[in-house]
Amino acid sequence: MQIGVGLPTTLPGATGGLILDWARQADSGPFSSLGVLDRVLYESFDPLAALAAAAAVTTRVRLATTILISPLRNTVLLGKMAASIDALSGGRLTLGVAVGARQDDYDTAGVAYNTRGRTLVEQLSALREQWEGEGENAIGPQPARAGGPELLVGGLSDAAFARVARYADGYVHGGGPPRAFARAADKARAAWVDAGRPGLPKLWAQGYFAFGDEATIEAGRRYLADYYAFTGHFVERIVEEMLTTPQAVAQFARGYADAGCDELVLFPAVAEIGQLERLAEIVANLESASTSQRNRS
Amino acid sequence: MKIGILGGGPAGLYCGLLLKKANSGHDITIIERNATDATYGWGVVFSDRTLAAFQEADYKSYRAITDHFVLWDAIDIHYRGELIRCGGHIFAGLARKQLLQLLQARCAELGVTLRYNTELNDLAAFDGCDLIIAADGVNSLIRKTYAEIFQPSLTPGKAKFIWLGTSKVLDAFTFIFRENEHGLFQVHSYPFNGTTSTFIVECDEATWKRAGLEDASEDDSIAYCEQLFAQELHGATLLPNNSKWINFVTVKNATWHHKNIVLLGDSAHTAHFSIGSGTKLAMEDAIALANAIEQYPDLETALSDYEAVRKPVIELFQTAAAESRTYFESVQRYTRLEPMQFAFNLLTRSGRISYDDLRLRDPYFGEQVDRWFDDSYRHRGSELPAQGNRGFEKPVHGNGAAQRTGVYTPLLAPPPLFTPFALRSLTLPNRLVGSPVLVAARDGVAGAGQMQQLAHSSVGLIMPNPVAISAEGRITSEDGCLYHEKHLKAWKKLVDAIHQASRAKIGITLNHAGRRGAVRPARDGLDRPLRTGGWPLVSASPLPYTPRSQAPRELDSAGMAAICADFVRAARMADEAGFDLLQLHLGHGYLLASFLSPLTNQRSDEYGGALENRLRFPLEVFDAVRAVWPEQKPLAVALTITDSARGGLSIADGVAIARALKTHGCDLLTILAGQTVPETEMPYRRGFLTPLSDRVRNEVDIPTLVGGYLTTSNQINTILAGGRADLCHMYVPELAEACE
Repeated sequence: MQIGVGLPTTLPGATGGLILDWARQADSGPFSSLGVLDRVLYESFDPLAALAAAAAVTTRVRLATTILISPLRNTVLLGKMAASIDALSGGRLTLGVAVGARQDDYDTAGVAYNTRGRTLVEQLSALREQWEGEGENAIGPQPARAGGPELLVGGLSDAAFARVARYADGYVHGGGPPRAFARAADKARAAWVDAGRPGLPKLWAQGYFAFGDEATIEAGRRYLADYYAFTGHFVERIVEEMLTTPQAVAQFARGYADAGCDELVLFPAVAEIGQLERLAEIVANLESASTSQRNRS
Repeated sequence: MKIGILGGGPAGLYCGLLLKKANSGHDITIIERNATDATYGWGVVFSDRTLAAFQEADYKSYRAITDHFVLWDAIDIHYRGELIRCGGHIFAGLARKQLLQLLQARCAELGVTLRYNTELNDLAAFDGCDLIIAADGVNSLIRKTYAEIFQPSLTPGKAKFIWLGTSKVLDAFTFIFRENEHGLFQVHSYPFNGTTSTFIVECDEATWKRAGLEDASEDDSIAYCEQLFAQELHGATLLPNNSKWINFVTVKNATWHHKNIVLLGDSAHTAHFSIGSGTKLAMEDAIALANAIEQYPDLETALSDYEAVRKPVIELFQTAAAESRTYFESVQRYTRLEPMQFAFNLLTRSGRISYDDLRLRDPYFGEQVDRWFDDSYRHRGSELPAQGNRGFEKPVHGNGAAQRTGVYTPLLAPPPLFTPFALRSLTLPNRLVGSPVLVAARDGVAGAGQMQQLAHSSVGLIMPNPVAISAEGRITSEDGCLYHEKHLKAWKKLVDAIHQASRAKIGITLNHAGRRGAVRPARDGLDRPLRTGGWPLVSASPLPYTPRSQAPRELDSAGMAAICADFVRAARMADEAGFDLLQLHLGHGYLLASFLSPLTNQRSDEYGGALENRLRFPLEVFDAVRAVWPEQKPLAVALTITDSARGGLSIADGVAIARALKTHGCDLLTILAGQTVPETEMPYRRGFLTPLSDRVRNEVDIPTLVGGYLTTSNQINTILAGGRADLCHMYVPELAEACE
């Protein structure tokens, strides 16, 4: 399992400068990817713009949306944007898409909410066709990777797992304790194997962290409580599960590695560069967890 | 806080005492419509884990409970006149009346106000309460009052049951299955106070009517049951308790709290009595609610936390209870199984207990299961052509090897997965089936290196990925094929190598892709049409598979005859290549399957319309292949049991198709589901095909092979020992990397 870090694009108070510094430092650190989240109706950066900027200041890390609410976006323009970031970054884009969980994002963007599943299905097959387009029909740019960026699907419905197996390269999980990820990972693999896809789906997952004194951790909790207020009483779970100690990170990473996770992206809850530095130290000491391969029990 | 609790059952009393204990300042009143000493039902059951929770929550009532309960650790299963016993399951039983009395005493001690004989018609009595707890049971008045908020769903089960007691003293949780001229009856019985046991009788509605129980009085019902179970009761009597035949009602609610009102126990949720968890769940609710109210000063947060903590737990139990209820509603399906397998199937019905769990709980039982399974294979062999000098004496259950003479009797039997399996004259060395990971074919053979590697693993049967019977029948241009002399040669070379190198057998699946043909390899996603070099497609009806797919041509009778001839040619080649087993692909929306489903077959000729017509072409192909495939070799079918899509094949349709195939001489069914159309919503999870295999195998009485992402010996042994399949497909994702 590899470990990535999220960019602070949805943290209130995060400046463009912080985001670029964050991307540069992560690229030189022990991280394998930079993740971004997607929210329209919140003080946050556009995820694809942020990844395009990150592409310019990094050379190594993968650039991933975990996830992008793709039905909010025009499919052709999304495909062109993704292919552009992929080409600009030398094939480092991983595009994770899902229908999202918030109707207000759809309402704000003026996009129909009740057809989001159908839209996603159309996008999944159209994006690949567009990226592979040749000759007169080619929209361009030519993605760096043959067939276009790595494509992941998120969500927890039966339909989501079927879409992973039919259209995508893997699955991206929305967060929770390792056992919740393990259940979802099993579903993704079962759907994948049933579809006759060779090998196994790539499995991505995510968690939140905040390190420091009680006031800093409390600020992280307040942010999560606010960002996830729409989930009702589940927000308390999300706040409680935030990682605040090296031990918690180690156990969390071990749990995900044992459940077969390929890439775990840890997102900050506090917009300070010191948070990234602290996580980098912890992750550098996690070799034993990241080499664990007990994913078939 | 002023707290009103409606309902003086275990949930209400326990919650009252826990809240009062945590904060004596609470003013708590429990209102109960019955008298203090009235009670319905007999005993209640707790697991050791629940008792540990009681110990932590309130030591005094825990001590009072443990002073009165009876403990036991066995489950007895009476079936076909045999008794199968499995130990290692810790249970504690207690009289419901006793439980209520000791909880009442503890409430009184702590200063909770108890008002009995108080029937409410509205909630005015709770005016001024800061918190109202609805512990008023399955017919909750409070839930009804706020039905538009809680959105309760009440689903009655199909079976009829009656809650009786018996003077029979038991030392085990006892299941009795008894069939008479009216039908099949089952009993769930367990001890609770040293002199009396709970005795629940259950049967399906038709049986209940045939037995005349619809109009029977309580006395008549008891007389009927006493006579029916005379052998197991040994002269003990059955006892009434205002007992009526009813249907079990499963209660669920969209939400469990509204403002200052919260649902607790049966008012919020019920779980079928066969998993014995109703009182346990209700009292665990009480612990969680009391904890939440202590932890969070804000009531809304507390009630949200209670719901967030309990709802996932309850959903797991309700899922297990639904599986268990469904099992008992359809237990008739399993009465073909021999007692040991019947018992194993019963014990593992809810999916929560596995083969390894049972071996750990009762090693002796585990070895009995292994020995029975091994024996049953040898016994099954007697129905087949002679197989050397094995004895075929009928096995004696549970009496060990010593009683048999002159018969091969292993001191220890292998686990089910490593027992052989016979189909016609083919004997597979074990129950494990492996396939290569999809790779491009060379000379029509895909994954030769992987299959040779599989022959050196523990796999008993190697099944290559489906092989095309013609160039037009390929899915992709990289498919395995069997329609040309060079394919035959390449396959024969591989088959010979596998036979020489190992005891593993090798089969082949013949397929025509139909409207799913001419696509790119599955590594790039499913059903993505080839950009160039495609070929024309045929199907039962001219409907493209996806909006981007090529529209197929509707197959005419000449086309059908040609395709049938292609299958026959491939079958002949398969025999010549030395394959041990032949399988036809009637699944996943490929050509033969496209005739079966009403979603893909809209023909108006004799090959469309009723199921009998839709079966016609697939059966013609089956019969033609059977005619040329050697008599001693088994012929299997990979079949989509359900389309899992609106308007498509239901499971009942799948069972009917399986029956037809069996009549035509099909020896084995590989269980598939979905993919008839691209958008299907299968409940994907590990082992998701097992329930379909279970149903087909036991309703149709045909051997089955099942996959569905099985990866451990425990999963496979649980499936095999429970009679849910005969062979299991194990997925080995590393193969391709290791071999190609």
